[in-house]
Amino acid sequence: MKIRAQIGKVLNLDKCIGCHTCSVTCKNVWTSREGMEYAWFNNVETKPGIGYPKDWENQKRWNGGWVRTAGGSIRPRMGGKWRLLAKIFANPDLPEIDDYYEPFTFDYAHLQQAGESKAFPTARPRSLISGERMEKVKWGPNWEEILGGEFAKRSEDYNFEGVQKEIYGQFENTFMMYLPRLCEHCLNPTCVAACPSGAIYKREEDGIVLIDQEACRGWRMCVSGCPYKKIYYNWKTGKSEKCIFCYPRIEAGQPTVCSETCVGRIRYLGVMLYDADRIEEAASVEDVEDLYQAQLDIFLDPHDPAVIEQARKDGVPEAWLEAARHSPVYKMAMEWKVAFPLHPEYRTLPMVWYVPPLSPINSAATAGQISVNNGMPDVRSLRIPLKYLANLLTAGDEEPIARCLERMLAMRGYMRAKTVEGVRNEGIASAVGLTGAQIEEMYKVMALADYEDRFVIPTGHREDAEDMFDERGSCGFSFGNGCSSGTSETNLFGAPARKKLQTPTEVF
Amino acid sequence: MDTYLNHLLFGIYPYIALATLVVGSIIRFDREPYSWRSGSSQLLRRRQLMWGSVLFHIGVLIVLFGHIFGLLVPIWIYESFHIQHAWKQGLAVFGGGIAGAFAFAGASMLLHRRLFDPRIRANSAFADTGILVLLWLQLALGLATVPISLSHMDGEQMVRFMAWANGIFTFNPTASLFLDGSHWIFRLHIFLGLTIFLLFPFTRLVHMLSAPVRYLWRGGYQIVRSRRSMSHG
Repeated sequence: MKIRAQIGKVLNLDKCIGCHTCSVTCKNVWTSREGMEYAWFNNVETKPGIGYPKDWENQKRWNGGWVRTAGGSIRPRMGGKWRLLAKIFANPDLPEIDDYYEPFTFDYAHLQQAGESKAFPTARPRSLISGERMEKVKWGPNWEEILGGEFAKRSEDYNFEGVQKEIYGQFENTFMMYLPRLCEHCLNPTCVAACPSGAIYKREEDGIVLIDQEACRGWRMCVSGCPYKKIYYNWKTGKSEKCIFCYPRIEAGQPTVCSETCVGRIRYLGVMLYDADRIEEAASVEDVEDLYQAQLDIFLDPHDPAVIEQARKDGVPEAWLEAARHSPVYKMAMEWKVAFPLHPEYRTLPMVWYVPPLSPINSAATAGQISVNNGMPDVRSLRIPLKYLANLLTAGDEEPIARCLERMLAMRGYMRAKTVEGVRNEGIASAVGLTGAQIEEMYKVMALADYEDRFVIPTGHREDAEDMFDERGSCGFSFGNGCSSGTSETNLFGAPARKKLQTPTEVF
Repeated sequence: MDTYLNHLLFGIYPYIALATLVVGSIIRFDREPYSWRSGSSQLLRRRQLMWGSVLFHIGVLIVLFGHIFGLLVPIWIYESFHIQHAWKQGLAVFGGGIAGAFAFAGASMLLHRRLFDPRIRANSAFADTGILVLLWLQLALGLATVPISLSHMDGEQMVRFMAWANGIFTFNPTASLFLDGSHWIFRLHIFLGLTIFLLFPFTRLVHMLSAPVRYLWRGGYQIVRSRRSMSHG
């Protein structure tokens, strides 16, 4: 057994209001640069829809993630090492920028400079890649926002597999949910496996997956390897970039920007302990429906004295063990079983998990008779088809999703009885396999969601790793080349660079 | 005069070009690792790249290794294996000709794409377009030597080129004399080749030094880096 700790994450989709604050704050901090306009380390999709980039869940098309070979081992779906290197000159599995969208800006200056005319001047779109006029903006990072576009196109959503989807195109049967997505910081990342340069790595101490910008050579295999399409090729610098899980903040014990700014308070960060020796075993189970359970099986109980002892031996700091015992992620994923990995069938063992959303009771059910169990509506009569959620979160296995939704309904029933009728109804709790105390804790963490319950993040121990005295006067966060930005300020002949225009904020 | 120019271009210039190639690449790798990349533009435009890049790279790799083996392996090694000069030239002309044609076709597609696709043109640095033009010219010159070679298939001209290349690497001060009297297309091809060496560290060509062959025997799939192991390890 080799115990490692990772900062995991849970997103409670039941509370996501689709406001995109996470995406926008993330972009402002990390990707508001040339070459990365199209890159959304965090984006929010409206489901059902084909998502961003287009059709990303269709691995028959993009060949992301892993496959299990006949021999029982796993290899990237793109192919083994020889096959993968054969794609290096031209990679057939790489999306084109139009599969994301062509980044654009508007001719704002025209509004000020246009001469007198009968028609009102307009700011027309212009491509940020070629600089040319774009007659029509055809796609964007959130083109399907609130079910935008016709159903026929959106229904190509991979998660409709095995669902009679036609009826959901009718207005009265339609359903929707939001799916915020970021890098999954997988236990078994395909991007790392696919990188020919070995530039992508997982950090042992907190599990964050990063791309070494100085070692990346731009072979772009990681973009194809990642089944979540969460690695973006910076077309300006020729290097790939990805969500860094705000590691400078995490190391300081702060939540990621997307989590910190989430107005719906749907995001949770906490430590998970897992057995690193069993990653391969868990990722190679035969039936994809068993992958969810296989991943649960390699998570370790932070209260178990044997686990604590072994973790200490493996160098997990004491603060991290303490944080693991209070981890909201552990509670939701392991104790209450209300959080699930996104597309476990990719065999990447993702570490950003999701609580599926409840939805209104289907009008078809109300028209006849609501199917009621123990005073609660049957989760199968909810508007979002169970199969759809199962395709998204458990590789198609509906049972865990049904149990989760029942528990969330039970939480409502129990708390309603407690606050309205003044009764602690243990019957409601035990019907879904929980105790009243557990439900009350669930309510505190998931419904009230106080800051300190959502984010339990121990600080990184940099003092273990480097002599801070050597770090004095260094440049902090930069894009390789030491403190350089990658562009030379002087020319080959040593002439001083021209003085650049200073903005008022830089003067102070 | 001709001998003087010959000595300058094929006796001295090779050392300038090779020294720049080596020292320049080391400096760039050490000082500017962030700029060391293949510079792929596939994301921006897939069209023409799929065929163009594959044809170009496969062709040019065969041609490159053909030149390295053909020019740098000492002549006595070939003779000890009883490989006749004529036979070797035949292989070079036909094998190299076919691979060169592949590479030329690919380079033409890539050059057309780079010059006429608005997205690619807008994102091409001078060095990107420039080196592609030079490579295209170099491939054209290389193919232009084929008919000349066909007129003297005895292999003796090729032996002179080998002697020159061997001479450069063994610091033979009279190496350039081996090129006296060879056809101007050969000499232009050699000069342009040396110029490409000279420009190598200043262009995206450096990515070939990072060809990820080590990936093939990298153990397992996953990579983990630890800060703690740096201090305790």
